[in-house]
Amino acid sequence: MRNLTPTVVVASPATLRVQDQGRVLKLTAGGDWIVAEAPKLEGLLKDMRLGDAKEAEVDGSTIDHLDSAGAWLLVRTKRLLESGGRKVTKFVVPERYSSLVDSIEHGDIAATAGMHPPRPSIEQFLERIGRATFTALRQAYDLTGFLGRVTVETSEAIVAPRRELPFPALIHQIEETGLTALPIVGMLAFLLGIVLAYQGADQLKRFNAQIYTIDFLGVGFLRELGGLVTAIIVAGRSGSAFTAQIGTMRVNEETDAMQTIGLNIAEILVVPRVLGLMIALPILTFFADVVGIIGGMVMTYINLGITIPAFMRELEGAITLKTLMVGLVKAPVFAFVIALVGCFEGMRVERNAASVGQLTTRSVVESIFLIIALDAGFSVLFSVLGI
Amino acid sequence: MSGKGTSDEVVISIRGLVNAFGNTIIHDHIDLDVMKGEVMGVVGGSGAGKSVLLRSIIGLNRPQSGSIKVFGQETADIESENLKGLQLRWGVLFQGGALFSSQTVAQNIQVPMRRWTRMSQELMDELTAMKLSMVGLPADTALKFPSELSGGMTKRAGLARALALDPELLFLDEPTSGLDPISASLFDALLKELQQSLGLTVFMVTHDLDSLRATTDRIAVLVNKKIKVGTLKTLMTDPDPWIHEYFAGTRGRAALNA
Repeated sequence: MRNLTPTVVVASPATLRVQDQGRVLKLTAGGDWIVAEAPKLEGLLKDMRLGDAKEAEVDGSTIDHLDSAGAWLLVRTKRLLESGGRKVTKFVVPERYSSLVDSIEHGDIAATAGMHPPRPSIEQFLERIGRATFTALRQAYDLTGFLGRVTVETSEAIVAPRRELPFPALIHQIEETGLTALPIVGMLAFLLGIVLAYQGADQLKRFNAQIYTIDFLGVGFLRELGGLVTAIIVAGRSGSAFTAQIGTMRVNEETDAMQTIGLNIAEILVVPRVLGLMIALPILTFFADVVGIIGGMVMTYINLGITIPAFMRELEGAITLKTLMVGLVKAPVFAFVIALVGCFEGMRVERNAASVGQLTTRSVVESIFLIIALDAGFSVLFSVLGI
Repeated sequence: MSGKGTSDEVVISIRGLVNAFGNTIIHDHIDLDVMKGEVMGVVGGSGAGKSVLLRSIIGLNRPQSGSIKVFGQETADIESENLKGLQLRWGVLFQGGALFSSQTVAQNIQVPMRRWTRMSQELMDELTAMKLSMVGLPADTALKFPSELSGGMTKRAGLARALALDPELLFLDEPTSGLDPISASLFDALLKELQQSLGLTVFMVTHDLDSLRATTDRIAVLVNKKIKVGTLKTLMTDPDPWIHEYFAGTRGRAALNA
């Protein structure tokens, strides 16, 4: 809170003189009746002793400056006097301000009650919960509908393309979502490999079984963590970008323009993103697996002194091609979900900038939620199938 | 605050203003004076720098060089301490209204009041109701959020916020753009009425020829990086081809002969 008081210099401070002359209550206003003086005047008018005179006079002829706030205070005072059963026999302001006072006096200034929203109550709270539940269900329903549409459009684009697949757009999406994500995915996978190897070694040391750190690292990273971490990073990076890109196009009415020209929005905007990400994410996941293992290898060398050839021999015994494939097979599914949610939320953007931000946030939260839920589903499925 | 009609007191004084973005020069040593109590209209082609000029005056755009004084104070940098007194003496209506979207119309109008005065909530509510009535909005607008307003209502609500502290100087950025002709002429009438009853000085960027005819005392034309000031009458006979086309072209004649 700095400098809260107005720095405007009031040329002549506002004054108010109240004289109770028995029969007549006489108010004399002078000086600057302006907004900067309003707080002071408000106090003066509030403390004013009205007495029991039957008539009142308001004399503002010595007012130097008057603005609409000051004029309102004069008009309000007049109304207050009248509501107390007094007759206001004189109400004068300088000639140059009479039109201002007139317009305020005769303006339709409604009662101010209800200018503030009612305080939140328990009923409103319950109502909000109900609304949110229905919105969530409705959203799930709509998302399922969109899932169907995208599935049809995507498989049509591959199996029986109406036109040639938009290869430049597809390549662009793979580059945007895959290639440019390599540094961040690699960095995080490497660090995660280090953390896993360190923690694993720490625990297994107690059983003198440090060598199994490598098994733990290989299986854990390839089956679960590599794919999960990559998908979460990509959801935050590309899922949000999809929503923001398509959402911005909605705000600019670009999607409307496409529709009026007869272009298929789903085919042009959604299919390249879905296919592009479904190609990019498995590659990214494989990359994360490799870098993560390297991170673990560095840590086991530093911490446990296991040489690279020894590490490789142990790793070869611990994992098979199946271990890798179990992790990789999930990647296209995650990719499909991220792109689906990203595009779906993008299409729901309304024509204002605020909704772009809102739905982008929602898109990331939803796709991360779905990724983790799906991953749990996969775990159950694989254990039932005995993989 | 008292004066009606034009006096010879200078409210805005611009000397040698240069604005440039990269290598593109927008304003090349512009001089302009706006007198107390007048309505100054600013016109110019798209990209001629009308909004840039307005933003420079209110301190949102730091000019390359030159001096801009409002009420005798330099406004080149809005962060500077000496601007604080000015913010209470001017009101700005941005092109899109720029209402704070998380607050109701009433709360929007009360933001300047809260910042600069210590009135009771009751008085602020009363003044808010008065401002709404002044700009011709129904009382129930107070509780609405900006997203619930139409374009014309948003502009009026923005004007009510700009007028919240009874400023002496009002800046308007295309106040009638996006309004239908009826709303636009109502806005012109409203502006003229407010300007006369409150003795405002108005600096208005506009493309609306009807609005120019109805409200302005003088017009500044931004053309070829320079500025030309005149009344409607003198500008109509100006030799510059762009100005001639603007005021004497088909649209111009139709609007000005009306």
